[in-house]
Amino acid sequence: MTDRHHLLDLLRQMLLIRRFEEKCAELYTKQKIRGFLHLYIGEEAVGVGVMQALRSEDAIVSTYREHGHALARGMSPGSIMAEMFGKQEGCSRGRGGSMHLFDRKTRFYGGNAVVGGGLPVAVGLALADKLLADKMGTQPNVTCCFFGDGAVAEGEFHECMNLAALWRLPVLFLCENNRYAMGTRLDVSHSMTELSKKAAAYCVPAAVVDGMDVLAVEDGAKTAAESVRSGQGPYFLECRTYRFRAHSMYDPELYRDKAEVEEWKTRDPIAALMRRIEADGSKADSNVAEFECQVAKEIDESIAFAETGTWEPVVDLLRFVYSEQPA
Amino acid sequence: MTYRDAIREAIRKALRADDRVFLMGEDVGRYGGCYAVSKGLLAEFGPERIRDTPLSESAFVGAGIGAALGGLRPIVEIMTVNFSLLALDQILNNAATLLHMSGGQFNVPVVIRMATGGGRQLAAQHSHSLEGWYAHIPGIKVLTPATLEDAHGMLLAALQDPDPVLIFENALLYNMEGGLPSDAGPVEIAHASVRRAGRDVSVITYGNSLWKALEAARGLAEKGIEAEVVDLRPLRPLDDRTLVDSVSRTHRALVVDEGWRSGGISAEISARLTEQAFYELDAPVQRLCGAEVPMPYAAHMEQVSIPQVATITAAVEGMVRPHG
Repeated sequence: MTDRHHLLDLLRQMLLIRRFEEKCAELYTKQKIRGFLHLYIGEEAVGVGVMQALRSEDAIVSTYREHGHALARGMSPGSIMAEMFGKQEGCSRGRGGSMHLFDRKTRFYGGNAVVGGGLPVAVGLALADKLLADKMGTQPNVTCCFFGDGAVAEGEFHECMNLAALWRLPVLFLCENNRYAMGTRLDVSHSMTELSKKAAAYCVPAAVVDGMDVLAVEDGAKTAAESVRSGQGPYFLECRTYRFRAHSMYDPELYRDKAEVEEWKTRDPIAALMRRIEADGSKADSNVAEFECQVAKEIDESIAFAETGTWEPVVDLLRFVYSEQPA
Repeated sequence: MTYRDAIREAIRKALRADDRVFLMGEDVGRYGGCYAVSKGLLAEFGPERIRDTPLSESAFVGAGIGAALGGLRPIVEIMTVNFSLLALDQILNNAATLLHMSGGQFNVPVVIRMATGGGRQLAAQHSHSLEGWYAHIPGIKVLTPATLEDAHGMLLAALQDPDPVLIFENALLYNMEGGLPSDAGPVEIAHASVRRAGRDVSVITYGNSLWKALEAARGLAEKGIEAEVVDLRPLRPLDDRTLVDSVSRTHRALVVDEGWRSGGISAEISARLTEQAFYELDAPVQRLCGAEVPMPYAAHMEQVSIPQVATITAAVEGMVRPHG
């Protein structure tokens, strides 16, 4: 699992997300992307690590900070960029934007922008998958539901942990604990800041991993997904991570010290993986240079795709409020 | 057979016909449903298909949405409309929104049923008529069955719909007796229905108020006033055509709604008639609505809080001079 080829692949994926997000920030200042834009920079190890444990038939429910999840899941950068440009070639036809990326092909059930709002949907998807698997006599698919430390304070988190455990549903509750619910620090919003301990109240197995270490995330996610897939019900995996950028492009970051951010940047997951790859003395500079080239090209192509994309005709405004096909 | 039995029969038919269908909600199984709608179904279909849920409206309504996304056909029962507010995030931000937000990729064929309405001395947290609020939301359909045939057939039709359908069952109707044709099946859910023809005034209503309006109309007929009674059936989409046609015959309209007046569905109907049938009207559209108070407990206070046969009669008499 930790062979050099695999590590390089993880590195390439994280670089793609990092550079994609940097470009998004740039395009936001150029007003090509509008609305709210929440960047994943600093948290790349979580999305990339988790996706290693998932299969193509598994389902994903995500948050409004989901570009990294979507890219790691294999959605095309062009369809994501076009979505943020508001073009109809976007993955949600320009109806969703940055916070609402959807893709049927990869079972990506969206960025949900109401904190905690995706959890009940994930429980339902898992229920459907479990019932269908029971009927077929097969192992259930995993529904991986991403949410942040903020969501753990929502009632929906507790309702859903209980329901999923009660019905032994195949949900991987994937908590990206980046220590801030927008600007509210973990200890300002939680009486119990060790979030994984909350799982015990619902008899849900839980683990905590270093979310800045992609291999630790991958390892933890594989254990978690295996447990879920084997029919033992839900699993709670907390990945301790940190976002290097502001909450959104509107955030002046008054609530945290620059020193704290700099401290976390010394644990940059990409740099950490580089060190790991080079630990045996074999340099990775040339690989990185190659990846940077590939990734830059991919991102340039995604921007070109978005730029040449078309605006949905305004006569289509009322489409997709109700289905155009019968059930 | 009662209205309750008609719903149960529809659920039973759906469970038999389609193994993707299941029912879930608080006390739908072992208890038999808080209004006994699902009584006996657990024994017949088992706990996988008649699922008791914890008291977690947001989780189990959202789970219904997710299960619908995942290929099932859930019927979610919420005990009463006031409790549905705990799941409003899921209904509005997910059920009504996902198809559009995903650019048409993910439709949500979930059916959500709940009891609504006052008249049972259950006070201010069990008695409101909030279906008009739900009718405000694009992306869902809102049905208000008043008859046994609709209680049965609307549920079957809702299960065939690709999009989220909310069904509001006025709790006073559960004991109403009636019959169903032996070949009863899905009914169409896009149109209002003229339940009584008349020339003098259109009384436009839905749910339990339909029966009060019909009783009022019988009394008015003895006084020489012929009221046409229109049952709205769907509150979303509203069937403008049937309403306009009726008013074009009678030239007067009274909207009767248990819900609150301000910003309610009655205001919407009045506005549409004014927009689309202004020159057909011989008098301003009138409204008879629930009093603007949280529902009181005391029987005499509750009774005057919602439209009654006598107040409907008086409202019509205020609008129409008897013939002859």
